[in-house]
Amino acid sequence: MVVDERDHVATALRDLAKGETARIRRGEDLLSIELLEDVAFGHKIAVKDIMNGKDVRKYGEVIGRATIDIKQGQHVHVHNIEGIRGRGDQAVKEAHA
Amino acid sequence: MRTIQAYVRPNGDIGIRNHLLIIPTVICSNQVCSRIVQMVPDAVAITHQHGCSQIGADKDRTFEVLAGTGKNPNVGGVIIISLGCEVVDPIALAEEIRKTGKPVEVFDIQSVGGSVKAIQHGVELARKMKAELDKQQRVPVPLSKLKVGVKCGGSDATSGLASNPALGVAADALIESGGTIVIGETTEIIGAEHVLAERCATEETRAKLYHIVDRFEKEVDRMGADMRGGNPSPGNIAGGLSTIEEKSLGCISKCGTALIKGVIEYAEDIPETGLYFMDSPGNDIECVSGMAAGGVHIVCFTTGRGTPTGAAVVPVIKITGNKKMFMHMEDNMDVDVSDILSGTMSLQSSGDRIWQEIQEVADGKLTKAEILGHQEFSINRIGPSL
Repeated sequence: MVVDERDHVATALRDLAKGETARIRRGEDLLSIELLEDVAFGHKIAVKDIMNGKDVRKYGEVIGRATIDIKQGQHVHVHNIEGIRGRGDQAVKEAHA
Repeated sequence: MRTIQAYVRPNGDIGIRNHLLIIPTVICSNQVCSRIVQMVPDAVAITHQHGCSQIGADKDRTFEVLAGTGKNPNVGGVIIISLGCEVVDPIALAEEIRKTGKPVEVFDIQSVGGSVKAIQHGVELARKMKAELDKQQRVPVPLSKLKVGVKCGGSDATSGLASNPALGVAADALIESGGTIVIGETTEIIGAEHVLAERCATEETRAKLYHIVDRFEKEVDRMGADMRGGNPSPGNIAGGLSTIEEKSLGCISKCGTALIKGVIEYAEDIPETGLYFMDSPGNDIECVSGMAAGGVHIVCFTTGRGTPTGAAVVPVIKITGNKKMFMHMEDNMDVDVSDILSGTMSLQSSGDRIWQEIQEVADGKLTKAEILGHQEFSINRIGPSL
């Protein structure tokens, strides 16, 4: 499921296995994306390539940024994106810099 | 005019429950209060960890939550039990709650002569007050008097895609009927505050909304840690939520689409009609307790991971968009809207189901949390213990 046409990610509505082809509705388009990894129910799949450091969108809004390059069909989660807000850890680093 | 069946209080407030509430002013009175409740069926005690070694705004907050819970219109009568030497003033607390016109008794354990005598005295008072409350009858009152809190907790990806948008439909229905909705969880609008800010009715409200988010984020900076892991929690992350921004953007739809008329403080009295934002933590029990102290009659609570939470003086309606969890934890869930995700039910009809449930619960239908005796209560703190 894709919420907004600007989104980089879709949400899996059932458990999906590596090698499966996910059919994804995005507005008027029907995308077919081959899964490069297993993606569990409720988790996100990249519907396009995302470069390291780039914003990631869901609901048409920014939900974080990529921490490595992410390929279409990969699982998108805490291992490859980070939050931009509420980062007290970075505030500490900046204070010591 | 649509009506619900409710109790009318001396000050004109309407209550959808008729609780006898036992309030310990301090942790030291908890055991006495718990014993009294064991001997007086249906009485509710709000035991807590606070009431002493507190100063300033932190002390005031504890007082306001205790007073607000006593003043909640679902409460018909109150017994305050003090130790006798704490910082929360039991007489001032009684006077504040008496402003509503409801009966309030107050005594302290040190004057009565210890736990056993305090329990006996409390049970005698409670039985007498309960007998009076039981004589009161529900009468038809306008539905527009209803105030409902909207909250999400134990969220997963289904919360943002199904249960929160469905709850938003029900929130709009209540506001269209002239009622009141309050949303809280300042933590969980971080990254989505710009969307809500566009809906603030005035520039002043917009500035206050940004201010409370900034204040919260500075606290996170002061802690020197990434929010992730605390919020989103380990359960949120297992459920597919990766960042606080993603969680927040899924959260905000639960309050519907109305203009935000005001931003109020934690546990502050919620004004009548329209949508309000209460500054509060995302923590489930602290947030719901703050809303109850602000005067809501009901809290609608969406969850994807599944949580049993209830509240001391307000029914909590549990709503989920996660079919698997609903089947697995059905004894905790009131409304299943997961068919939105299978495409077999529209968002509108799911919202209508929640709206129907709100009206039935207002009329007296017990929620699952009430049936199971969930009466969670917790006070948000903003200062150190001395």
